[in-house]
Amino acid sequence: MTNSIAELEDANCILVIGSNTNENHPVIAARIKRAVRFRGADLIVVDPRRQDLVKFAKLYLRQIPGTDIALLNAMMHVIIRDNLYDAAYVAERTENFEALKETVAAYTPERAERITGIPARDIEAAARMYAQAKVASIVYCMGITQHTVGTDNVKALANLAMLCGNVGVWGGGVNPLRGQNNVQGACDMGGLPNVFSGYQPVTDEAARKKMEAAWGVSNLPAWVGKTMTEMLPAIHAGEMKALYIIGENPALSDADAHHAIQAMQKLELLVVQDIFLTETGKLAHVVLPAASFAEKDGTFSNTERRVARVRRCIPPLPGTKPDWQIICELSTRMGYPMRYASPEEIFEEIRTVTPSYAGITYQRLEAGGIQWPCPTEEHPGTVFLHKDRFARGLGMFFPVEHKDPAEMPDEEFPLYLTTGRLLYHYHTGTMSRRAPGLVEKAPECRVELAAADAARLGIAEGDTVRVRSRRGEITARATISPKAVAGTVFLPFHFAEAAANKLTNAALDPVCKIPEFKVCAVQVTKA
Amino acid sequence: MITCSCAATPPAQLTPAQWEKIDAIIAKYKDVPGNLMPVLQEVQEAIGYLPPEVQDRLAEGLNIPGSHIFGVMSFYSMYTWRPKGKYVIRFCESPPCHVLGAENLLQMAQEELGIGLNQTTPDGLFTLETSACLGVCEVAPAMQINEVVHGHLTRERFRQIIADYRAGMAPDYTTLTCTTYEISRYKQPPTDLVLLKNVGKIDPENIDDYLAAGGWQALKKAVTTMTPEQVVEEVKTSGIRGRGGAGFPAGLKWSFTRPLTVTPKYIICNADEGEPGTIKDRYIMEGDPQKILEGMAIAGYAVGASQGYIYVRGEYYLSKHRLAKAIEQARARGFLGKNLFGTDFSFDIEVRSGFGCYICGEETALIESIEGKRGYPRMKPPFPGVSGLWGKPTIVNNVETLASVPAIIEKGGAWYKSLGTPDTTGTKIYQIIGHVATPQIVEVPAGITLRELIDTYGGGMRPGSTFKFCQTGGASAGIVTAAALDTPLDFGSLAQVGGALGSGTMLVADQSVCVVDFVRAVAKFFAHESCGQCTPCREGTPLILRTVNRICRGQGTLEDLALLERLGAAMIDASFCPLGQTAPAPFLSAYKNFRQEFEDHITKKVCAAGVCRLG
Amino acid sequence: MAEPTLTLNGRTVAFQPGQTILEVAQGAGVYIPTLCYMKDTLPTGSCRVCVVEVEGARTLLPACATQAAANQVIQTESPRVAAARRMVLELALASGNHNCLICEANGECELQALAYRYQVPTPAFAAPPDTPYYFEDNNSMIVRDFSKCIMCGRCVRGCTERQVNDAIAIGYRGSHNKIVAKADKTYIESDCVFCGECVQSCPVGALLDKNAIGQGRSWERTTVRTVCPYCGVGCQLEVHVKDDRILKVTGADAVPNEGRLCVKGRFGWHFVHHPDRLTTPLLRKNGELTPVSWDEALDYVAARLTEIKAKYGPGQIGGWCSARITNEENYLMQKFMRAVLGTNHVDHCARL
Repeated sequence: MTNSIAELEDANCILVIGSNTNENHPVIAARIKRAVRFRGADLIVVDPRRQDLVKFAKLYLRQIPGTDIALLNAMMHVIIRDNLYDAAYVAERTENFEALKETVAAYTPERAERITGIPARDIEAAARMYAQAKVASIVYCMGITQHTVGTDNVKALANLAMLCGNVGVWGGGVNPLRGQNNVQGACDMGGLPNVFSGYQPVTDEAARKKMEAAWGVSNLPAWVGKTMTEMLPAIHAGEMKALYIIGENPALSDADAHHAIQAMQKLELLVVQDIFLTETGKLAHVVLPAASFAEKDGTFSNTERRVARVRRCIPPLPGTKPDWQIICELSTRMGYPMRYASPEEIFEEIRTVTPSYAGITYQRLEAGGIQWPCPTEEHPGTVFLHKDRFARGLGMFFPVEHKDPAEMPDEEFPLYLTTGRLLYHYHTGTMSRRAPGLVEKAPECRVELAAADAARLGIAEGDTVRVRSRRGEITARATISPKAVAGTVFLPFHFAEAAANKLTNAALDPVCKIPEFKVCAVQVTKA
Repeated sequence: MITCSCAATPPAQLTPAQWEKIDAIIAKYKDVPGNLMPVLQEVQEAIGYLPPEVQDRLAEGLNIPGSHIFGVMSFYSMYTWRPKGKYVIRFCESPPCHVLGAENLLQMAQEELGIGLNQTTPDGLFTLETSACLGVCEVAPAMQINEVVHGHLTRERFRQIIADYRAGMAPDYTTLTCTTYEISRYKQPPTDLVLLKNVGKIDPENIDDYLAAGGWQALKKAVTTMTPEQVVEEVKTSGIRGRGGAGFPAGLKWSFTRPLTVTPKYIICNADEGEPGTIKDRYIMEGDPQKILEGMAIAGYAVGASQGYIYVRGEYYLSKHRLAKAIEQARARGFLGKNLFGTDFSFDIEVRSGFGCYICGEETALIESIEGKRGYPRMKPPFPGVSGLWGKPTIVNNVETLASVPAIIEKGGAWYKSLGTPDTTGTKIYQIIGHVATPQIVEVPAGITLRELIDTYGGGMRPGSTFKFCQTGGASAGIVTAAALDTPLDFGSLAQVGGALGSGTMLVADQSVCVVDFVRAVAKFFAHESCGQCTPCREGTPLILRTVNRICRGQGTLEDLALLERLGAAMIDASFCPLGQTAPAPFLSAYKNFRQEFEDHITKKVCAAGVCRLG
Repeated sequence: MAEPTLTLNGRTVAFQPGQTILEVAQGAGVYIPTLCYMKDTLPTGSCRVCVVEVEGARTLLPACATQAAANQVIQTESPRVAAARRMVLELALASGNHNCLICEANGECELQALAYRYQVPTPAFAAPPDTPYYFEDNNSMIVRDFSKCIMCGRCVRGCTERQVNDAIAIGYRGSHNKIVAKADKTYIESDCVFCGECVQSCPVGALLDKNAIGQGRSWERTTVRTVCPYCGVGCQLEVHVKDDRILKVTGADAVPNEGRLCVKGRFGWHFVHHPDRLTTPLLRKNGELTPVSWDEALDYVAARLTEIKAKYGPGQIGGWCSARITNEENYLMQKFMRAVLGTNHVDHCARL
């Protein structure tokens, strides 16, 4: 997030797009709802499903899945056409405005209506509401990124925010909600193919030299590695032989999961380190039992870049080890001794090689989390980014064009399928499906259908249905929900026995290699 | 273990036509602010009750949480989520009805109908309930069957009424001239009347009658010849004090709101006449509704409001009917609506209905109710004049206050002030009820004595009755003894003798009344009507009732009296709103004046009036 | 301009306009008891425990909901205040069946603490112990015991103001007042999403985390502040532990959640103690995953990685970091992959 969670309560307008906040980030949803109820903020919800947050919205825009750019460009079209943009901000703090203007000129609300299915007048209203708010915040999630145009979607949002002067201000910003508790930290720590910790590129020689010096090694690889979504095809193609997976369950969570399983079966070595024997662990050559979050010390970094202490509540379950100890022991065995007495020692090393974390210490964290960048021990941390100046100097408009999703409904597969989480479960359910209360509230996978589709297909509440895509099929019971909009069905991806990702399309965004989980074409029949 | 005794009802089987009706009501009110109360009322009217399935539909359709809907419904006595009989009989239990034997009559009704309280006859015709107050004290003891009131009940009369209903002769309330008695029965003073001038003389459903009597001329005068500030000044000059009970100077109230630049502003006419013994506003609403509208419009002009609400208590069906009709006619003639008398001033009025809740007579609770919430009083300050309905400046005045305004504008504040006493200017409608020969309302210049009110207008005590005490001003005020008979009935004088002018009602009790039993009836009223928001009142009012009940049954102790005194002091000091702050007053004043009678119940097990069954 | 001042128990105290009397008193270190008052919600001034005497006011005023004003003269423990406050506590104790012996809230109960502080015994006029009260125990997470409820309304404000889930409201009227979910249904049949805010808001023992009932008194538990293992909000948890077992989780009053949690954070921790947890390394032998020692497993992995690196080169090895492990562990993992194995095929599940 460019801005902080608490700031949401001070936004005058909040645009929630591609985020089912009430179910996926309930505590952030509480902030949004408080802004609406107690501060009179205007809420705009853009989502293919009539999700709970719509109850609080001034405007609900229902777009055809995969058409966000057309909507956003049309909003900018209106804002520029009616001179509602922040001209001073655009002039002083951004560049490439003319190119943006030229691109969005073609996106009249009427044209966008044809692409998105959103009435032109609603697009106009949303544009005015967002542009005329004193401070407006954009909140998005995987509904924006899990598309073949995911990167472009994000650029379109950034364009909109900059156009209205909403970046680098309290209560504004472009705010992606991270889905997993330390996904921010995994990125910050260099758990990516192209960067070391603190986003220092592996292709940058200076960065490599710095790491080599710190780590006492030479010849760190200078090439950009593969993403997860690229590794699986590479394994399939015989180009990779060994994979070491920590805390991940691609046999269930990957798009086209069937394909992922086949790939992993081809490996010469698959090591899985986890707290449970997952579907992926069952395919492994070696399974290493790890300690859970409650059994170790360390830090997590949340979606607003806040580094906070994880503290050991109970000792590790006998037989398990914290992940850091396992890595240390393995590394030591391979001739590179890692001897840290505690996670704090590791953190001290992180600080020395990671400028954005340099000012953070365990001692400081005793008083509460700190938001990076925090370059020195005197620095209070950074509540919101891009204040007065963008990281790169001027904010760059990247105009983008609408493109259809990789797969569109047709005669054989006439319905859109979109996937996501339920309030009561998390990811592949390894954690949440072991909590009695959560299972009680959401015991099984339900295919969410609109009443009109259900009636047409002769499906009643609770009927078992078959959902089929070009890649596979599952069966599950149907639920007819007012959240569903005709033409689109929804599946949660928590349930191995009805794995939504047997159906989803592994088509990737060309830049960030994210699969198009949010759109594919399916057929639904009564089983 | 789940022990839920509350909402377990069999699933409702509604017909498609009924669902359509519900949806149509939702559609009609979808965008109306504060739509919950009117929607619930119309749906209950259409379907008969509000089962959980219907609540769900309303929650979805109105985008209001289901818990909020039930929370509101269950707050007001007149909503029901269980099916009831075709005719719902509601027996008034208020203190005025109680002193005239309501309790025995309720027993009688159960015998006659062969059912218990809150039960329905097997034929589905009658459901028997009680009401904390119906607001028809001049015909006590009374009951209401659906919209129609039947007073002066006896066993014979009750039998006849039930027989009539069974025979299909249920009266249509809209065809009645008034709910109880025509005002012509009542003796009025020889002076000019201000409030009741037209009542009983004009056809309340015909605006032409009102116009012929000079109606709407005061508004015309105000908007065409006076500035809003002048109007406020005139009302200030009149010295009129609010007639709802608190007696705050109306002109002063208006003068606080007038200069505020916040818009919109609202005028609310408080017609939630719920104070037991109070019946005056009903006569104005039923007999001269246009006058109230005109007063509201003048108030709107004075303070800069363009929207008004009249909040009428739920039981006053005929009042609501007459007001709605009057608004319709006034709109048609251009006295309400846009650009009145060709000026920039626009004003319109909506009728809102309470639904069985005394506390909604408290102005901030009333505002909450209009907003579609439980009638919980708000913290003051801020006062409604600064932050009221939907947080906007709002003038809340009683019916009688607003109905006085046209005359004040017409004849001038100085004229008005010349009537009444310096403490309480103008004319006042008094209600003299209880053990007097002719219970009635009367409009006289404020300040006559209680004795004069009883003797001249109440027709004296009933034959064989001797004056024992009088509860002044309503259920929440103190009782006074014969020593106060010559006290002028104005705000200041009554307060000095431990009474209160309140709404101007005087409930006279004779020797047949046991003061302990009377306190019990009042305690029952407050235990029933406490909103429950604050601890002292929520827990204190039923504790008073339980304790007094014990004394009435001969099981009291002297410690009970000490507890009541201690509890009363804490309630006065620590309760949230006037209800809790005044609920102990009847006991405290009764105990002060009739200490021996209380102690006799405890130590001697003697009820001098022979009312309580001790031991 | 000089700050306005008021007199608090005879002391002159400066305050900021807009502060309530309670806030001024807290700032000045003067104790005023509260029950219905709750952070981040609108004060209702309904329980009346915090009433104070303000010179010139007709009645006592609730400190939590009364704005401080210049030159106010305030007494927080005058005889008049003490008498009223004592009666309020007596009334609260009299409503319901406040049996501390078996009450889960014993030791944490705010009513109990006030009864102790003001030495108020359960009054003689209390409802008899056999009075029936609503009791709900038909779900795995929350128990509702209305024999303990004092109608402070905090659960409702937690639900509608702090979380804005709108699942519960105050229903009925007067002494019949009761917290209702939907048409007075049980939680599980209502709109409740089990965030548990109501449980955390409850000052007494009326709303309970079912997991912890009877498992340990507050003084037998330790609490550890940590971070929720679910989504990326990073809610701060208080994990309540006894004998190396988690008994319950509550929201810590710290950024970003300021006490709030969702159903997963509060009721989703059972996996930690689940019998399915892996407790030994497994090595595939003859096609079967077989329990082995740590040494055997790690030796095997080290040997195989070394072989594969030698045979195919580092570019044929990938490693996945994880969003479930700590920063320190992620850092070490990428360091291991890059520095030891020489590969940049490092990624994690950010895209899922």
